[in-house]
Amino acid sequence: MERIPILRMGNLLLVTIQVDMHDQLARVLQDDLTSQIEKTGAKGVLIDISALDLVDSFIGRMIANISAMSRILDAQTVVVGMRPAVAITLVELGLDLAGVDTALDVERGMKRLRSRLAAASHDAPDTN
Amino acid sequence: MADSRTKTADIIKSDMADLLSDWKSELRAAVSDSRISGAELETQAAELLGLLSTAAAHGLDISTADWQPVREYLDVVSRSRAIKGFSSQETATFIFSLKKPLFKRVRRLLASEPAALADETWAVTEFVDALGMYTVKAFQKSREEVIARQQEEMLELSTPVIKLWDGIIALPMIGTLDSARTQVVMESLLQRIVDIGAEIAIIDITGVPTVDTLVAQHLLKTVTAIRLMGADCIISGIRPQIAQTIVHLGIDLQGVITKATLADALALALQRTGQAITKAKVA
Amino acid sequence: MPPTQTDTVSIRTEQDVVVARQHARRLALEAGFGIVDQTKIVTAASELARNVVVYGQGGVMRSEIVADGRRQGLRLAFVDEGPGIPDLKLALTDGWTSGKGLGLGLSGAKRLMHDFEIETFPGQGTRVTVTRWK
Repeated sequence: MERIPILRMGNLLLVTIQVDMHDQLARVLQDDLTSQIEKTGAKGVLIDISALDLVDSFIGRMIANISAMSRILDAQTVVVGMRPAVAITLVELGLDLAGVDTALDVERGMKRLRSRLAAASHDAPDTN
Repeated sequence: MADSRTKTADIIKSDMADLLSDWKSELRAAVSDSRISGAELETQAAELLGLLSTAAAHGLDISTADWQPVREYLDVVSRSRAIKGFSSQETATFIFSLKKPLFKRVRRLLASEPAALADETWAVTEFVDALGMYTVKAFQKSREEVIARQQEEMLELSTPVIKLWDGIIALPMIGTLDSARTQVVMESLLQRIVDIGAEIAIIDITGVPTVDTLVAQHLLKTVTAIRLMGADCIISGIRPQIAQTIVHLGIDLQGVITKATLADALALALQRTGQAITKAKVA
Repeated sequence: MPPTQTDTVSIRTEQDVVVARQHARRLALEAGFGIVDQTKIVTAASELARNVVVYGQGGVMRSEIVADGRRQGLRLAFVDEGPGIPDLKLALTDGWTSGKGLGLGLSGAKRLMHDFEIETFPGQGTRVTVTRWK
């Protein structure tokens, strides 16, 4: 079965969502991510949606779910690369992605994750 | 009908040089405009007549495939007239002044056959009118495209997006904002944020005299979209009147940061992006 | 002007929702819509196509480029012969943001398109027609 690959980078999980994701693929991704977080003890999830040319209510809900579920599993999520047209459409659609942290690109997303993890752990800043 | 088709085609073909020089004198009399030189006009007439001759051999229905080269040439001619600022009437005259020379030759050819003469004259009239109509339509389409493009350019010029510093861009908005303009501006601002990688966008409305509910909503939608994308937004330059309007209309700014001046907004943006400007030590 | 043509895309599975999106994208491009309008159209199509699969038990999407005087637009009609929508008012409530409504994405699609028409009869299916103008 077709699945979206999840890459592991240290204690981060990186997902790049391709275009034209059908609903089943989205459900599988949600399941895969949560089980991977648990299996690897990952503390951060970065979802790259720069290739997505649309985010509808189903995909939006999936993103919000992943963010919420990860938090429960003690991992932070950042979604990066949202296209302008997609952002405008989401606002028009009235989709509320509150609770989902976003960043412009992968680099900034990583930076954001690292600073959030450092803040969350109260330990010495991580030496990545 | 087959007869008159061939007759007109024959007239154009057999008498082309004379026909052309007659047409040119009609044109010289009708069109005296410095926007197009006499030489250019004559070149266009010659080229068009050549194309007409070839196409007319296949009949006088200008909507057919055989007439494609003529239509394309008329598109080019109308477009250049539109860009130069000619009127549609002036452009049509280019075609209609071909009637008299054609009628002259038809009369000469069919002087002894009044019925055929009438038929042929009618066929020529229909034919030239069709060409004229096509030219006018092409002209109008080009004119509309020119106007649309000019509007776009004006829009772009009136709201430039400026990079203030690393990761900080500013959009000074000037003049009254209407719904359409605000939407266009919003789209280009978002795209620039992605292109430049700006973490903070400052929208300065010092130069905006009034803001209505619709525009305020668009601005708020812009801010929401910017945040969705992972950047943030500061609105600066809100005049007292606009502040009053916002409160009167009950518009909820939803936690959007506002600053009185662009300078204040820049200071905040620098702070938030972890940058600082310090005074240089003078030796 | 070439005669307007209505294309029909069958929508039975989740994969067909993707096909419907792509078809809508292609037509939107053809009609000359800018990227933002395209995205709105395709997102609305995605919502409505999903409804056809999930609630309509399968159906079709009919698409055509339309003209109304001087303006051009894209019209999409989503037709199914499923159970129909019993409480239309509820269905058109903001399902997503407030947690109420049936989350049918109808209200979302309505917001993204200029014209929105819905005909539904319990037991006789549903037809949603949306249009976006340039």
